[in-house]
Amino acid sequence: MHTYPAWRLWLVAVVMALALVLALPNVFGEAPALHVSRDDRAAFTELTQAEVTGILAAKAVPVAASWLEDDRLVLRFDDATHQRQAREAIAAAAPRQYLVALSQAPRMPGWMRALGLKPMSLGLDLRGGVYFLYEVDVAGAVKQLLATMERDYRTLLRNERIPFIGIEPVGSDGVKIELRSSSDVQKVTDLLRRQDPGLTLEPNALGEGGTVTVRLTPDQVKQRQDFAIQQNITTLRNRVDELGVTEPIVARQGVDRITVQLPGVQDPNEALRVLGATATLEFRLVDDQNDAIEAERLGRAPLGSRLYKTRQGGPVLLKRDIIVSGEQLVDASSGFSEGQPAVFVKLDARGAAEMLETTRQNLGRPMAVVFIEKKRVKADEPCNGVRTGTECTEEEVISVATIQGVFSSNFQITGLLASEASELALLLRAGSLAAPLYIVEQRTVGPSLGQDNVERGFQALVVGLLGMFVFLAIYYRLFGLVACVVLFMNMVALTALMSLLQATLSLPGIAGIVLTVGMAADANVLIYERIREEVRNGMSPHAAISAGFDKAFSAIADSNITTLIAGVVLFTFGTGPVRGFAVTLCLGILTSLFSAILGSRALIHMIWGRQRKLDALPI
Amino acid sequence: MEFFKKRTSFRFMPLRKRWYAISAVLILASLAMLGTRGLNLGIDFTGGVVLELSFPQDADLDQVRGALAAAGHADATVQSFGTARDVLVRLLPSEGEDTAAVGQGVLEAVQSYEPGVQLRRTEVVGAQIGKELAEQGALAALFAFLMILAYVSMRFQWKLALGSIFAALHDPILVLGVFAAFQIPFDLATLAAILAVVGYSLNDTIVVFDRLRERFLMMRKGTSAEIIDLAINDTLSRTLMTSVTTLIAVFSLLFIAGDVLRGFSLALAIGVFVGTYSSIFVASSIALDLKLAARDLMPVQREKDAVDDMP
Repeated sequence: MHTYPAWRLWLVAVVMALALVLALPNVFGEAPALHVSRDDRAAFTELTQAEVTGILAAKAVPVAASWLEDDRLVLRFDDATHQRQAREAIAAAAPRQYLVALSQAPRMPGWMRALGLKPMSLGLDLRGGVYFLYEVDVAGAVKQLLATMERDYRTLLRNERIPFIGIEPVGSDGVKIELRSSSDVQKVTDLLRRQDPGLTLEPNALGEGGTVTVRLTPDQVKQRQDFAIQQNITTLRNRVDELGVTEPIVARQGVDRITVQLPGVQDPNEALRVLGATATLEFRLVDDQNDAIEAERLGRAPLGSRLYKTRQGGPVLLKRDIIVSGEQLVDASSGFSEGQPAVFVKLDARGAAEMLETTRQNLGRPMAVVFIEKKRVKADEPCNGVRTGTECTEEEVISVATIQGVFSSNFQITGLLASEASELALLLRAGSLAAPLYIVEQRTVGPSLGQDNVERGFQALVVGLLGMFVFLAIYYRLFGLVACVVLFMNMVALTALMSLLQATLSLPGIAGIVLTVGMAADANVLIYERIREEVRNGMSPHAAISAGFDKAFSAIADSNITTLIAGVVLFTFGTGPVRGFAVTLCLGILTSLFSAILGSRALIHMIWGRQRKLDALPI
Repeated sequence: MEFFKKRTSFRFMPLRKRWYAISAVLILASLAMLGTRGLNLGIDFTGGVVLELSFPQDADLDQVRGALAAAGHADATVQSFGTARDVLVRLLPSEGEDTAAVGQGVLEAVQSYEPGVQLRRTEVVGAQIGKELAEQGALAALFAFLMILAYVSMRFQWKLALGSIFAALHDPILVLGVFAAFQIPFDLATLAAILAVVGYSLNDTIVVFDRLRERFLMMRKGTSAEIIDLAINDTLSRTLMTSVTTLIAVFSLLFIAGDVLRGFSLALAIGVFVGTYSSIFVASSIALDLKLAARDLMPVQREKDAVDDMP
């Protein structure tokens, strides 16, 4: 009889019981589901949940399960037909009240969900979906800022009546003002310093004339670049929301890149189109001398005006002259003004001058905000606007308001709902300030390929595992069967760990699992070969078991640590498929160390350890 | 069941000139292949566009090529992928072109004569990103290599460490050689597999060295060559056994998991064979030629003395 500390047996038992529970949600798989959130972004409550389930009950759409998760409602169905019916029923019964997204939800029973258990999440290559990597033109963003500064200085100097020869950008971070008279250099320097104390100014008087060079500090350049990226992330996030994708990822990567991952998106072109849309806006005076309805009926606008449509679809006539356009917009935010929801808009100097002039002359008359969106469309797709090649430009009047007072660089747009105000502020910011974006990497996996990948990956895993089981059982007899149980324990522990950490499983990840199972067998092999050897050397069975485990330990540890090092480096440096592989490889090594060293010994102890007399080992 | 009914006693060391010769020939051939043919790098590294299309019936590749040429993509590579209904289209990146739009154009060109075509997968990688992924991959490989070497030199005496370093270099070179010789597509996942091969090969070598250390400390008689042979024989059935279990796993990936993982599983399969060879025949031979002897592996006494000296 050989001894083995009881606490280790207990440790193995407790860990394995825990692993079993954690791994269990993966057994049930996923089913079609809907993610329902409120249009006003407020959290879902039991009350609204009852409302939605009531709609479905009225239409007799069977719901397999429904629950609240992250402020939204999840509805699970038995098949895709019910999922589609439910989506249509909700859209028909409560239009514009809810955002409904097609999704997949785990099929595990409710008590597991109540315990907070979750299955592993599947990567894009298994679920189907789209991955984009955008590069933000940060140099372009700085250039935009310099162009704005240049325009502002022109206006400023003209207003101050200081004669200048020219204003032009110098290098990648500066603007040079060339003055006629050297006596103006000091004046301009003071003027600019007063306007923005943070700028670096280089005054230079040269004979008769002189120059003042304005340079952005490295901090300002970086700030502007970060701002451009942040801006783009916000824009992309909002457009992604428009797509109704569940669990999208929009994140900054490195200095100037943004990754967008959209699991479950069926049509990458649709995604590309919505994400690639650019928006801007124009402020125009309303033509209130002529009748818009009459113009619509005639199909043409009076001279000097253009016919537009409002959001509600009604016609409106606007003056052809643009007061201010989107590129003159510096910032936009939403808030409240005298208890009314409002959008606060900030214009650059040129825009401010134009606005001041216009409002002074048109007090009490209506002004309109036109929202212009450019997007890519396919040849057979409708475009509610002007089509040029594959580009569709849609224009819409989003607000008409009376000019209440004279204003210039800062003003507000009122007459909107609170949700509209925040959306408009966002669109204005996004539409006018975003630096150019380029797609540098794009990967799409169609849903059918995703399904194939899951099936093939799973089949490879099962076949590999069974092959190994058969081989181990033949080669090591009863001990081989113990090894099979240990390998199975290893699979359970790995699944549990992946679910606990919510690591994403990808196809290379499955390959990593298959490979670690192959290598996990190695630890058992090392131990058994050692036991056989000790038996051959004439040791008693019990002693041979102990010696086998003890002597194999250093080889197991050394060999696993080297592979672990490779895995960690792959994880740190790798992206995409490499990372997916590295995750399962590293976690797999950890679980195989546990199961082979502690698990297998506990099992062997329980089978043979208590037998007083043991003549031969079935190995 | 056992691979060897009795204790084996193969003599590996006396024939080590022969193993060196085999390895030298294979390495030179691999380097020659890499030098002349080079690797068939996937778009992960070169940049470009790959589309996997699924046709409702067997696809006519010439027709696809014709449609693409008409759409201005005469340079496209078109080949069947897995089944006769699946087609892989590959385009190299061109300067200043909107690569995402190119992918869309290809799909539309094929759909114009066969509307039933489904897009299974697209990959668009900008040339710059490709360059970065290649650099990053090379850096990761180098770094992983150095880390593993640092660990091995810490755990083992330098003569053994050098032997394992050589084996660890030997194996990926041969795998790369096979990939170059047969122009098997080499992508990011394959690179990961190569690193896994390095890990696996070292794993094998280390198990042999672990036993070698034990044997050297236990045996008072015998030459170094005899002791090394003994250690290799001790671990021989384990080395083969582990290769078999790993190969079972790798082959099930190779034959079942599909074309996306083909390069990955192929690299692993070749790596397991080569790694097994190098850890049995090459690694220990080098340690022997570096005059490995029992005194090299004696535990260092200094640490104990230091403890004794403490007040």
